[in-house]
Amino acid sequence: MELVFALVIGGLYAAGIYMILRRSIVKLIIGLALLSQAANLLIFAVGRPGRGTPPIVAKDATTLLPPFSDPLPQALILTAIVISFAVTAFALILIKRAYQEVGTDDLDAMRTTDQRQHAGTP
Amino acid sequence: MIWMRCGQPINGSMPERPDMNTLLVLPILIPFSTGLVALFFWRQPRLQGAISVGGCVALLISSLFLFASVWQGGIQAVTMGDWPAPFGIALVADVFASMMVVLAGITGLAVAVYALANIDAQRRAFGYHTFFHILLMGVCGAFLTGDVFNLYVWFEVMLIASFVLLALGGVASQLEGAVKYVTLNLISSAFFLAAAGILYGTVGTLNMADASLRLQTLQNPWVSNLLAMLFLVAFGIKAAIFPLFFWLPASYHTPPVAVSAVFAGLLTKVGVYALVRVFTLMFTSDVGFTHAVILVLAGTTMISGVFGAMVQKDFRRILSFHIVSQIGYMIMGLGMFTPLALAGSVFYIAHHILVKTNLFLVSGVVHRLRGTFELSSLGGLYRSAPLLSVVFLIPALSLAGIPPLSGFWAKFVLVQAGINAGGYTIVAVALVGGILTLFSMTKIWGEAFWKKEESGGGPEPPGVEVWTAGERVAYYVPIIVLAALTVSIGLTVAPLMDVALRAAAQLADPAAYVAAVLAGRP
Amino acid sequence: MRSVILSAATRLLLPLILLLSLFLLLRGHNEAGGGFVGGLVAAAGFVLHGIAHGIEASRRVLLVEPRILLGTGLLVAVVSGLLPLLSRKPFLTGLWIPGDVAVIGGLGTPMLFDVGVYLVVLGVVTMVVDTLAEE
Repeated sequence: MELVFALVIGGLYAAGIYMILRRSIVKLIIGLALLSQAANLLIFAVGRPGRGTPPIVAKDATTLLPPFSDPLPQALILTAIVISFAVTAFALILIKRAYQEVGTDDLDAMRTTDQRQHAGTP
Repeated sequence: MIWMRCGQPINGSMPERPDMNTLLVLPILIPFSTGLVALFFWRQPRLQGAISVGGCVALLISSLFLFASVWQGGIQAVTMGDWPAPFGIALVADVFASMMVVLAGITGLAVAVYALANIDAQRRAFGYHTFFHILLMGVCGAFLTGDVFNLYVWFEVMLIASFVLLALGGVASQLEGAVKYVTLNLISSAFFLAAAGILYGTVGTLNMADASLRLQTLQNPWVSNLLAMLFLVAFGIKAAIFPLFFWLPASYHTPPVAVSAVFAGLLTKVGVYALVRVFTLMFTSDVGFTHAVILVLAGTTMISGVFGAMVQKDFRRILSFHIVSQIGYMIMGLGMFTPLALAGSVFYIAHHILVKTNLFLVSGVVHRLRGTFELSSLGGLYRSAPLLSVVFLIPALSLAGIPPLSGFWAKFVLVQAGINAGGYTIVAVALVGGILTLFSMTKIWGEAFWKKEESGGGPEPPGVEVWTAGERVAYYVPIIVLAALTVSIGLTVAPLMDVALRAAAQLADPAAYVAAVLAGRP
Repeated sequence: MRSVILSAATRLLLPLILLLSLFLLLRGHNEAGGGFVGGLVAAAGFVLHGIAHGIEASRRVLLVEPRILLGTGLLVAVVSGLLPLLSRKPFLTGLWIPGDVAVIGGLGTPMLFDVGVYLVVLGVVTMVVDTLAEE
């Protein structure tokens, strides 16, 4: 089970980094999304997933009965998913606007801000 | 209702100690509420501006109360939702954190006033004020939180707000800069998230104080070192340290000055703050490795930033590269990891926030006067705007470390600490970096202010209409106040030095921090 | 890309989807569901309506501007966090009205917070889709 997780996480990271290194901004965004998915899965894997009851103390008991599962990794992943949802939505709008303004989706063409002769905005 | 809450600590502080619960939450709540209220009034720009400035005043006042309370009562902590630490999310204010919140309040107020004149109607309508305050909330939250994952959330809040501010207006160069900024920051977030996950998997907690205790008991030091390096990469990208800084000079000069000033002053410092926090609280078991790495990075950051600035010809791009270089000084103190060196870092951060914000704001006034940031087409400002020249010269010389301005004392403490610790190489690098900074500042001075203005070349630059009185006040008051602060820090160095020393003492010995957070632990 | 079948089906589906979103919102505290999921489902309903009838029409069905929804949602969430401060409890402490209410179950500040989240998510998603759909 751990091996499967390790392979999938590694594959996601590799795919994400490969996509980030491409020149198209659409692929860049896909790569960033893959990276955050890989990180989410990593959290899930290090949280020692396994079968267990929900960590809720029963009405007539005072302590939790093992085996119970740890809810925190899932809560973290959920938060991270919500955040990456917002960020990805913004990034999509950004690249759409950038594509319209600059007229290219090639990152190599987007280097005017690194060049010396450049008039900034007020 | 919001204003009622803001006013509460002022009224409530007379008979009794202000309520700690409220005081610690206020620096987060006030910007949030201000941004919200501003959101509802996007049709009334004047009212929105007044709300924005009012919110910043309230933030500054509440942060001063927080600082006073921490200064008198020691480290304060409160957990959200009444859950005991380490289960609840803790907000912690030590001297360092509360000092940073005060600085955020000062910078926020200066930029909010400046923005009244600097931000055009279109950007205001798209929510400049709202996102500015959300940004301030993220910054204050990141300073005050005592939980690794909560820190991640604040970073994201800050980032989303900064993404929008950076792209707001939709000029092509802005969008290009934003693509680079967004990409690098998202990669950093992915690193941070993975690091937080592995930290939880390793020690079973995300509370920084709790993690600090548990990391000391790890059998294998390399697990802790691996985590330290992951955090170093994640925060290193945000703080723009070598070799991960190139997004900063590619993007910081593109948005309006009222945006880039707050980015330059505050945003990168949050990365530095996170580095200092994590590497004084959590990763202290193998200082010989982790902090040596930081020290090497500090030296290379100083030099690469300053060399990057030398070839630049754009006012704000020079300043951007200098941010990178100065970040090196800030983490130099962290790398040496003695109480005096940490005090140097704290002092440097405080000084740099004020000075760098001021320099960016001055560049905006220059742009307002001449319609360009290009040094080659500027000139003669010394003759036509003598007051502005003085206001530029103060932070510029302070940045380069000329006595008796604040930057001199910051560098002096760092160099003293370096000599005490026997780190002669880093001290030499720091001094060379200082000289090269002076070179860049004299270049701006010579090109923009001192040299004779070229006459008859090219068309009349845009935006040279007559100044209205309100515009003059909004542009000049913030930069004059910030310059006065720089001078007064330089002349009466003792108060800020006291603060820095006490902050450093708390950073160097995290026991008090841990005790304050875990006080209510069963 | 107007389809008669889709637009006729949407007319029936939208109320059902909104009902489902409310159901998800209300059962959220102890079971699977909550403000975020509920808000997403509701937003999906409006997006579906937008695909079938055009963005303009779906804006009219939404009645309120997304920006206002977003602001109101955030305001509701903040208020739910502030209420405990009035009784000298830390920010965001859960306070419950004693006793159960029919259908909904318990009433308290976490519930209020979820309503805020619901509105924020609905506002954000419709805003994002509107922006992306603009040509």
